[in-house]
Amino acid sequence: MSEYTDALIITRRGFLQSALAAAAVAEAPQLLASASESAREVHDPAAGTPVVPDVPPQQVRLNINGKDYQLMLEPRVTLLDALRESLGLMGTKKGCDRGQCGACTVLLDGRRVNACLTLAIMAEDRAITTIEGLASGGQLSPLQAAFIEYDAFQCGYCTPGQICSATALLQEPGAGQLSDDAIRERMSGNICRCGAYPNIVRAIRSVAQRPA
Amino acid sequence: MQSIYYDRATDLAHALQLGRQPGARYIGGGTNLLDLMKGDVEHPARLVDITRIGLDRIEELPDGGLRIGALARNSDMAEHPLVRSRYPLLSQALLAGASPQLRNMATAGGNLLQRTRCPYFTDTAFDRCNERIPGSGCAAQQGYNRVHAVLGASPACIAVNPSDMNVALAALDALVVAVGADGERRIPIADFHRLPGATPQFDTTLASGEMITAIELPATPFAQHAYYLKVRDRASYAFALVSVAAALDMDGERVRAAHVALGGVAHKPWRQPAAEAQLAGQPLSDERSRRFAAQLMAGARGYKDNQFKIELAQRAVVRALNVAARGERA
Repeated sequence: MSEYTDALIITRRGFLQSALAAAAVAEAPQLLASASESAREVHDPAAGTPVVPDVPPQQVRLNINGKDYQLMLEPRVTLLDALRESLGLMGTKKGCDRGQCGACTVLLDGRRVNACLTLAIMAEDRAITTIEGLASGGQLSPLQAAFIEYDAFQCGYCTPGQICSATALLQEPGAGQLSDDAIRERMSGNICRCGAYPNIVRAIRSVAQRPA
Repeated sequence: MQSIYYDRATDLAHALQLGRQPGARYIGGGTNLLDLMKGDVEHPARLVDITRIGLDRIEELPDGGLRIGALARNSDMAEHPLVRSRYPLLSQALLAGASPQLRNMATAGGNLLQRTRCPYFTDTAFDRCNERIPGSGCAAQQGYNRVHAVLGASPACIAVNPSDMNVALAALDALVVAVGADGERRIPIADFHRLPGATPQFDTTLASGEMITAIELPATPFAQHAYYLKVRDRASYAFALVSVAAALDMDGERVRAAHVALGGVAHKPWRQPAAEAQLAGQPLSDERSRRFAAQLMAGARGYKDNQFKIELAQRAVVRALNVAARGERA
């Protein structure tokens, strides 16, 4: 967050969260009633009638942007939800939640993956890098700076995923010799509703072709 | 997504033991399983993480073939020097699939087990899908069926296998290595995936409790002349309408042997080795290729929205054979 927003006593997000919390209190009695069941029977015709478990949170160690975190998470929590809901790292976005848009792209041991289809517990002890971790000592990465210089975003929602994806692309073999078509192919896992593609390609190319 | 138990296997024996628990499913990359769980299509009670048991290696076999661990990631397979030099067809097929992010996550075993993308299967708003709910019917037959099968279908199901990797494996005579209570067995790829018949809910012949540990590729003469052609609605990041894995063993201009498998047309990769014999012993010609393609597609039956696949597949076969023969990377 910038110094400007830090100075605000009430942020937009904080206001919405407190408004939602006030509304949720009124709904609490019904929620408590359903949580008292320990498990539900679910009919699964392919495999008899397995019981859907009520699995409690457990300790999960995550290393994010060089820092270790100890969280209590249910096994079903995705890395995307852990980042956003448990750690307040809102830079990684939820676009489709089904691995089809790339807005949730983060780096796992330097390789780009969709955080929405990664269970947080399966990412234990791996080095996770998010958009928040790309700048160094207050300085934007060359690719982040190029996205600004080449006007490579409009609404900005796909942008963290685009930048994380392209950061990994630049480290993949042959990045310096890629044609625009090859850049597009290697970025095909990141879609942009605003259509900022031409400038995204320009921004990536500008960094890829920079002398080392 | 529903709640699930999670176990992390430390070695193969541990994985098999954990996999025997009620409601347990193995998870590798999770790119298909978690997607289907979010869609309320798959309901495992327990996920057994097998990504840390050392089954991700790609190693040469004594006869010059290759053993690919079941947990090898799609991107690692595609970029591996031995795959690129000896089985470029497999490398091309893998790179034609999904997105870079998904290729970094998806595993060899998971790709073998990938389920159909038929919308009546993936979307629980539809209640007639024999693959998801046995006995409920098949809405695709009279409904939307553009991305569906034209070969090997049945009144119970007209869905297709969506994988690119599987088509290349079919052309390369791969073996699926599986371990279960009775020990290890090798399943020829042609016998691994099933046609729907009356039981479309079973995509493969893997037995309950069995775990895929590796894919083995025999040494082949196809490294110089192979091509994976994928025809789809978008230039990238879309499943195949029709795809062709064409592999040729050439002696100058003469074809010694041809292996051709089709994707996007059936519940499993489609190959007819008996028909391939007619291409051997002479140079390729469009006429002969076309005749072979027609035989490969013999018995094809289209539906309201996918009649085009029958002609498209034949033309794609001819083009794929020509590109493979030229030894190009088109």
